[in-house]
This record gives sequence, structure tokens and C-alpha cells, in this order.
Amino acid sequence: MKHNIIKFSNLLVLVLGSQLFGCAQLSIEPWVKPYERQHLADPIMRANRHPIANMHVAHVYEARESARGSESTGGGGCGCN
Amino acid sequence: MVVTSEQNEFIIKIENVIAKVYRYLLINTVFLLSLLAVFSVSAAVLDADRADVLYHSYDGGGMKIDGPAILLRKKASESVAFSAYYYVDMISSASVDVMSTASPYSEERIEGQLGIEYLLDKSVIAFTLRQSDESDYLSKSFNLNISHDTFGDLTNLNLGLAFGDNEIGRNGDENFEEHSQQFRIRAGINQIITRNLTLGLTFEAVADEGYLNNPYRTVRYIDNSVPSGVGYQSEVYPQTRNSFASKLSLSYYLPYRAALFVNARHFSDSWEIDSNDVEFGYRHPLGNTLELEFKVRFYQQTQASFYSDLFPYQDAQNYLARDKELSAFSDITLGMGITYVLPKKYSIADWDSEVSFQWDHIAFDYDNFRDPTAEGGIGAEPFYGFSANVIRVFFSLYF
Repeated sequence: MKHNIIKFSNLLVLVLGSQLFGCAQLSIEPWVKPYERQHLADPIMRANRHPIANMHVAHVYEARESARGSESTGGGGCGCN
Repeated sequence: MVVTSEQNEFIIKIENVIAKVYRYLLINTVFLLSLLAVFSVSAAVLDADRADVLYHSYDGGGMKIDGPAILLRKKASESVAFSAYYYVDMISSASVDVMSTASPYSEERIEGQLGIEYLLDKSVIAFTLRQSDESDYLSKSFNLNISHDTFGDLTNLNLGLAFGDNEIGRNGDENFEEHSQQFRIRAGINQIITRNLTLGLTFEAVADEGYLNNPYRTVRYIDNSVPSGVGYQSEVYPQTRNSFASKLSLSYYLPYRAALFVNARHFSDSWEIDSNDVEFGYRHPLGNTLELEFKVRFYQQTQASFYSDLFPYQDAQNYLARDKELSAFSDITLGMGITYVLPKKYSIADWDSEVSFQWDHIAFDYDNFRDPTAEGGIGAEPFYGFSANVIRVFFSLYF
């Protein structure tokens, strides 16, 4: 019985692991090949092309609006009066 | 101490269970790591070394904030990178909140961050320590983030958590000392959809606990016992606040070499504030030396359940707020930027460098926060609104 539980949990890890790390169970191949990504690799496509400016933008909004989270710059709170 | 045979048998059983659990965890960890290795065809890389020096300025609504910032990032090896960030806010405030019940003030806030990134095959583990210090507020936090490229590098998964501890004081009152804590947890996925389009989804939950008030702010209430007809008392906020934000991001490469960005976020919290913001950005290079950026952003929020511009009497409810950031309002940002890639002859040691200028104009429009400095009588003043200009000038060096 114990062996069965361990085998079952191994199977679970196998399924979850392969879902997480490779999508092997779904048989879906990556459809945009590495050599087709030159547009996406162009520096103009980087949302965080100017990280120091983005950190300031996030700080300005955080101090004046109630929304927080999902800014993609980390956040962290301030005592802005 | 004498150990009976039953006790001895029990100890052996416990040891067996621990050994099995240990073996089980070991096997599965090795198994997961080998899976990671099987599906990891090529290694990811850490971002390039760079240094940025910035001057920032915010001017609007009676507040003027400016100062410098520096961001440094350097790889120690192919798998380890360090970063440091230094930021100063020099604040002089005569905002509408301050002018109605207090005097203008000036102060300084200094923020520092130290970070380390570790690249392990296709995963990047980042750890950051942060401290923000001003005369009446000390904030310390750490941030842990793990991101992983998978599915032929078409997908990037990331998980993060942060914890912060804040010490709140009140200038002019040595005996005042309060504390608050903040916990953050986030998860995100970035997915390449086509050779020109990427899509991102980010979720973040934030929980605050402790003293969440602003120690200087007051609410106003109708008080017919005084000639002015209005009384003031301190704000009272709940001791907890939980929020959840979700964001959808989209980046699209246009056929004539330009980039389009769209960000849409929804936010809600336990104070019953709901907000939405949407931003459109456009980046357009001109030749190899210039880049133009344009953006427009809309934001709107509902008020906190315990907010009121004017309470009917003193202690009208358990929680009281008249902070304009907790009122119902909207704002619109129009922004533009220009980046100039410096010719090699002006570069330091032949490194690539560029200089950028960004300007944002933000217009705030409050739905139920009245301007107490305006004429019209208590509770009948016009609704408040103001605009701010935000400027950033920075130099970036890639070495």
C-alpha cells in the first residue's frame, strides 16, 4: 500500500513536472523558432528598456493612486504625504 | 533515563519514517532537476552590465519633488550579477491637504537597494534588499523573485514574494512611534504568441498590517459649535488592508520597425477601492541614433468605504478618512520621450552610451474631494483637480 502511494505520488510529480517544465504531455511544439525571433529581440521591444525611468514612473503613481501591485518593478511602499 | 522496549520500537519507527520521507524528497528533487535539465536545451543569460544616472522632477498640486538616482548593474561571472540603486527625493510641499490644516514643509527621502541575481541553467533567482529613510518613516524590505524560461524559451514563468517592515514617526512628536508590515506575493507568465507579439499576465496580492494611517492627516466634520462651522479630527484607518492586482501586457512589433505596448490593470482591495488603468505606449526609432516614445494612460478608482469629504459630526463612524488618494478620482497621463544614442567618439572607453529625456503631464480630477481652500462654503466648495509635470533626464552607459 505504501509503495502504491509513493508510486502514485511519483506519477503525480511526473505529470505536474512535465506540465511545468516542458508541456510534453500536450505534444505542443514551440511554434516560433529561435531564428524567427529577431523582431522580438530588437531593443525597441523591451518594455524595461529604461529600468531607472520605469522605477521612477512606478513610484510617482504609487504615491498618488491607491492601486498597488503588478507594476513589474517590485514596489515596496513609501511614506509619501 | 531508562528506555523501554516499546519506546525503543517507537523511536525506530520514527527513524524509519524520517528516512523514507528524506529518500522520497531526495528522489523527487533529483527527478525534478533532471526533468528541468531534459527540457532545458540552451541556457538563458543575465542582462548586460549597465550604469544609469538620472535626475527626476515632479511639480504639481503645490508639491515640488526632485533629486538624483543611480542604478548600477554588473556581472561578476556568467551566472552571478550584482545591482545597486540609490535614489533621493527632495520634497517641498504646500499641497491642498497641507494648506488646509497645516504649514508647508520640506523633507528628504533616501532610498537604497542592493540586489543579487543568480542564473541556474534557464532560471534566474533574484534577491533584493531595500531601505527607504525619511525623517518620519523608515521602511526596510526584501524581495525574492524566481523566473524560468521554458517551452523552447517561448514561455517565461515567474514567482515572487516580498516582506517589508515600516517604522512610522511624527515630526515634532518624539513619543509617537508606530509600525506596519507588508507582505507581497506575485506570479506571472510571459508568452511569445507570434514572431511579432508577446503577451504577459501578472497577478499580485499585497497584505498590509499595522498602522496604515497618515499621522498628519485629519478629516473634517460639521461642527456648529464653532464660528467656522467645521471641526477636524485625526484620520482612523483599519489595521489591515488586503489587495489583489492583475495586469495584462502586450508588446507588438510593427512592420516598419516600431513597437506598440499596451498595459491594462485591474485592482481591488478590502477597503472597497476598485481601480482600472490602461496604458498605450509607442516607440519609434529614427535612424540608428534617435528613439521617440509616446504614451497615454488612463486611471480611475472608486473611493474607500470609510472615505468622506465632510462627515456629519465628530466620530461619525469607526473608520474615518479624507485622504484624497482614497477618494473617487481619475487621472490622465500624456507622455513623450526621446533617446539619443551617443556617437562612439563621445563614449567613455568605447562603451555604448545614450542620453534620454522623458516628460509626462498628469491631470488629476477628483469626484468627491472638495478644495477646502476655495470659496463656496463648507461642503459646497468646487471639486479639486490639479495637473503635474514629471521630468526625467538620464544617461545610460553599457559596459
